[in-house]
Amino acid sequence: MACNLWREKLDAFVDGELPAEAEREFDAHLRACSSCAADIANRVQLKNAVKRAGRRFTPSADFRRKIEEQVLPHKRHWSRAWIPAFAAAAVVLFAAVWMLGRWTAGSSTTLFGELIDAHIATLASANPVDVVSTDQHTVKPWFEGKLPFAVNLPELTNSPFTLLGGRVTYLEQTPGAALLFQYRKHRLSVFVFQDRPQWKNVSAAGVPAQHASFWVETWSAGGLRHFVVGDTSAANVEQLSELMKSAANAK
Amino acid sequence: MVIPFSKTQRGTQRGDEFAELALPLFDSLYNFACWLAHDRSEAEDLVQEAYAKALKGFSSFQTGTNFRAWIFRILRNTFLNSRTGLAASQTIALEDEEALESVPAAVTRETPETLLFERANQETIQGATEKLALPFREVLLLADVEEMPYREIAEALGIPAGTVMSRLARARRVLRGELQDKVVRA
Repeated sequence: MACNLWREKLDAFVDGELPAEAEREFDAHLRACSSCAADIANRVQLKNAVKRAGRRFTPSADFRRKIEEQVLPHKRHWSRAWIPAFAAAAVVLFAAVWMLGRWTAGSSTTLFGELIDAHIATLASANPVDVVSTDQHTVKPWFEGKLPFAVNLPELTNSPFTLLGGRVTYLEQTPGAALLFQYRKHRLSVFVFQDRPQWKNVSAAGVPAQHASFWVETWSAGGLRHFVVGDTSAANVEQLSELMKSAANAK
Repeated sequence: MVIPFSKTQRGTQRGDEFAELALPLFDSLYNFACWLAHDRSEAEDLVQEAYAKALKGFSSFQTGTNFRAWIFRILRNTFLNSRTGLAASQTIALEDEEALESVPAAVTRETPETLLFERANQETIQGATEKLALPFREVLLLADVEEMPYREIAEALGIPAGTVMSRLARARRVLRGELQDKVVRA
């Protein structure tokens, strides 16, 4: 390209407005043309001088504040008065949520841990149950006089579960029923206790919770607290839970 | 307690978005307004009015488009509608072309420009910039001080990009001529 054609692009080059390819070509031209190179140097110098000289006026602090108030009316209005109060409330709320979370998580975790231990101990035992029977009409009466509540057992015909039996167990120094069921080659425990206020926040969050590779479901109904523990699957634990719930409703 | 997401909060959220975009441009807008109006108190009025208009019209601003060009345009239109702005635009119409046509001759006097800019101090450059007619002064300031790309300047001033380029070339030519005269005379 002829020098006079490049001259038309001097400003665009200085302002970084040339397409990448044209810029490369211009660069090459500048290496060969001292006249254009000198012109570019001058233009860059002028641009920089204008840039420095052009930043001439600085707003006053008062005017800045005025504009900030205009742009952030609500924020400024309540920020000053309420920030400390909001901060304090946020800290208290955060602490409360954290404590509650810890307490709930802690109590659920500990409780589930204990029940899983009981379930494993049952599986490991040579005599996992004290009343050995697949018949609910044998197992239910066995608990009478041993527990301060009646243990309702589901009708398992047409279900994949088989009742193996039951025994009395203890949780936090209180007696309850431990029932053992079979599903294929797996065994699942159902624990029934009188409900307690401190278990109010214990939940499996609507679905069986997984804890140490065991599935645990729990619910409270009619003053009794049920826990179902098994290592098969969540769906399986859920299914047994539903059977137990229907048994409680039926009686 | 669950707090419903009210209209007021939605408004505040949009207000926050506006503040986030608009406040960082405050110094630039004020500087530009001073260059346009040549008067600090008038510039304050312009900036304040521009912010009020922008805040009010922010619902029509499309997120993702160029906010800087948009708010500079509001400021400039505010200025053009002010008494000083109207007077300035009338003067421009008269002196515009003839003032510019005489310039290249002055530049051809071949004083080494490096020396020229060395001698020209900040005040000289400011004086020369101030003397530029409004259409050239604003393009020069947006390109060199705000470092806006041509496309953004075109958007802010509501003119084609080609006009930005020609005005900028002329503004620089005039400026060089002015500086040359000053330095030679000194």
